[in-house]
Amino acid sequence: MSRAFGISGDVLGRGVAMTYLSIVALIPLAAVLLESVDGGLDTFWSAVTTEQAVASLKITLIASLIVVLVNAVFGTLIAWVLVRDEFPGKNIVNSLIDLPFALPTIVAGLTLLLFYGPDSPVGINLAFTRASIVLALLFVTLPFVVRAVQPVLLELDREMEQAAESLGAGKATVFRRIVLPNLTPAIIAGAGLAFARAVGEFGSLVLITGNIPFKTQAASVFIFSQVESDNPIGAAAVSVVLLLVALVVLLIFGWFSKRALRHEE
Amino acid sequence: MSIVVESVSKRFGDFVALNDVSLNVRDGSLTALLGPSGGGKSTLLRVIAGLEQPDSGRVLIAGEDATAKPPQRRDVGFVFQHYAAFKHMTVAKNVAFGLSIRKRGKEEIEARVDELLKLVHLDGFAHRYPSQLSGGQRQRMALARALAVQPRVLLLDEPFGALDATVRKELRAWLRRLHDEVQVTTVFVTHDQEEAMEVAEQIVVLNHGDIEQVGTPRDLYEKPSNEFVMRFVGPVSELSGRWIRPHDVGILVEPTDGTSEAQIDRIVHLGFEVRVELSLGDGDSTWVQTTRTMVEELELAEGQIVWLRLEAEPVSV
Amino acid sequence: MKSKYALRFLALGYLGLLLGIPVALVFINAFQDGIGAAWDAVTTPEAQHAFWLTFIMVVVAVPLNTLFGVLCALAVVRQRFRGRALLNAMVDLPFAVSPVVVGLALLLVYGRRDGWIGPWLSEHGVQIIFSMPGMILATMFVSLPFVVREVIPVLREIGTDQEQAAATLGANGLQTFFRVTLPAIRWGVAYGVVLTTARALGEFGAVSVVSGKLSGGTETATLFVENRFQRFDETGAYAASVVLALLAFATLLAMNLIKPKEARG
Repeated sequence: MSRAFGISGDVLGRGVAMTYLSIVALIPLAAVLLESVDGGLDTFWSAVTTEQAVASLKITLIASLIVVLVNAVFGTLIAWVLVRDEFPGKNIVNSLIDLPFALPTIVAGLTLLLFYGPDSPVGINLAFTRASIVLALLFVTLPFVVRAVQPVLLELDREMEQAAESLGAGKATVFRRIVLPNLTPAIIAGAGLAFARAVGEFGSLVLITGNIPFKTQAASVFIFSQVESDNPIGAAAVSVVLLLVALVVLLIFGWFSKRALRHEE
Repeated sequence: MSIVVESVSKRFGDFVALNDVSLNVRDGSLTALLGPSGGGKSTLLRVIAGLEQPDSGRVLIAGEDATAKPPQRRDVGFVFQHYAAFKHMTVAKNVAFGLSIRKRGKEEIEARVDELLKLVHLDGFAHRYPSQLSGGQRQRMALARALAVQPRVLLLDEPFGALDATVRKELRAWLRRLHDEVQVTTVFVTHDQEEAMEVAEQIVVLNHGDIEQVGTPRDLYEKPSNEFVMRFVGPVSELSGRWIRPHDVGILVEPTDGTSEAQIDRIVHLGFEVRVELSLGDGDSTWVQTTRTMVEELELAEGQIVWLRLEAEPVSV
Repeated sequence: MKSKYALRFLALGYLGLLLGIPVALVFINAFQDGIGAAWDAVTTPEAQHAFWLTFIMVVVAVPLNTLFGVLCALAVVRQRFRGRALLNAMVDLPFAVSPVVVGLALLLVYGRRDGWIGPWLSEHGVQIIFSMPGMILATMFVSLPFVVREVIPVLREIGTDQEQAAATLGANGLQTFFRVTLPAIRWGVAYGVVLTTARALGEFGAVSVVSGKLSGGTETATLFVENRFQRFDETGAYAASVVLALLAFATLLAMNLIKPKEARG
């Protein structure tokens, strides 16, 4: 253990860090938790089981699930092409992968509306449909799986694949039996982050989905509408459900990712 | 300055790194802490430097109790195994670091840095970055950095451990000469007995957190206090249940008093040295270290029956 | 060989349809009435005020989060204390929280009418919600983990050797930090700062809840985009989006410049 920074400096440093974290994040989150059960568990339960709340949660969860599956496939594919393929402009494409992280979500929604909205230059109008939710979520979660898989693929021992080929395995078999098992932990980890992001996403949905209750209103948008109509308990109750879903998913995906890694120590 | 370690113990969880260790290091001496990894030698060095706090016991530097002092105030120079070079500073800035902390004047620092870089043969490298140096050069830079502040004691943790064999050999001889020049009390850690014997005046053998023996290289080789030390500091062969250095066994082609019969299994030529592997009458096997001249003189051959004689007292353990 | 081109086509096609074409369309649409119109749209007093507010939020939130991030990373990596693992886990919490929930959380603590301490603050003339402090808090919350997450691996990587060397050479805690540790982690901190800035610039949901969206008052750049679009001022919305998108590209550029330096240490 290093004594380099001195005991008093250490205590002061972590004291400041924990206080800051509490004021900015932990206390407000605790307030949401308490508000959701302010009227007792019954109130909480009736708040999260109103038809509109249930519908919005269902829409969010189903859309997020679809998004995670698409991401797992296309994220891995994009990572593969970026690592193993060579083509002009590859570096630029590689940098652009992070654009959804850097671009404000409201702008993301607006750009999608331009191409997939009523004025679409190619005549595809997905605005105000459930497909538009999936589309927006795909946009904002694009980097997660790609960025999780890429480094693993870069580090992957090519000799392992060559060994498999020398033993007679075809390209598809090598991918399925050698490469994919090694990528699985990263795919799962990236998918977990994508899911957590998807269930909470708000900005990119505002303009393109139309926020039609029971049809295209996602949970985050529902919470927003409850805040606007001065129903903090209802908003807090659904918030808690959303938060729990995100945390549980992160835990489960983290567990699967670790389990898949267990042979590699 | 002398270093005195008094009954120092240190545990990491269940692992006992140092078990009631006491040690005297004479002013101006060059001492090696020798032992297998996990034996406690690095921990002892770090306790002396103040980088680890002992659970019990005291450390005295130049007669004064330093146990409660932080590393900043112990006036020790410490050289890390992996150099701990400040990567974002030039060689000169690295060496000047301790002096600038002590707020010495600019000119004094420059003069001292020049002097030290000459001492470690790095003049001309002052404005390079550590990443532009070889391993041996980085290690010399680390040494210059430690010496710049004129520490009361110099501590080196496996100083040559990360270098390749040739550079190691060069640096060993160089460290010895440097010590003769600078005359600062020096303690270094190594797991290489040859290195310890070649460089140090005094060797401290540590194993499982205990000091097994303290002595000159010759003492350790010729009068090891136990089997562990004997095995650790040199080659060993077993003859009639006794431990002996393999070059202290003579091979005879005729039996005399006190010899034991053996059959040659294999003769391995290692240049001038020849290693003869034998089976003894009781089914045990042993080996003898001899010379090419001897083998040719006696016309030894595999399969031949010979007689072995002890030519030095075996170690009683 | 054929499969290689098929994979490349699929990956790039997906990226083009989801990312490339929609983003390009924003640029095209912003300038369809000429560059002059776009320029006019982002230089109206409202637009200028919105960008100014966003700028202020970045200037306040990013340094505070950077300071917190470095302290927190030091505590997690270099210190041993009860609750260290908890602190490490809690820091990631904002990634799992929907921006809308962040807004709601702040509302519940600092709300003027029924917040935990909002009424008390209000009596003493401090207004958090529907004003800058609340928006800055929201920005700090959502961008909290970035610096910590970037600095922790770098701190682990450099180890304690250099800090211990500095200590044996006489440097005290602060000297060691400023002369040895900080220079060694500077590119990690810089990368974290870039990500924090990008997130602070683009935050929409959380700010949307706590701002009250008073045009010319508490309207940030992202809120301005939404507002213009809802009011059918499409040129204004697209032009402001283009400014934000350019900032996003600048972010990507900065990330690409810093990443190799961070890897080299």
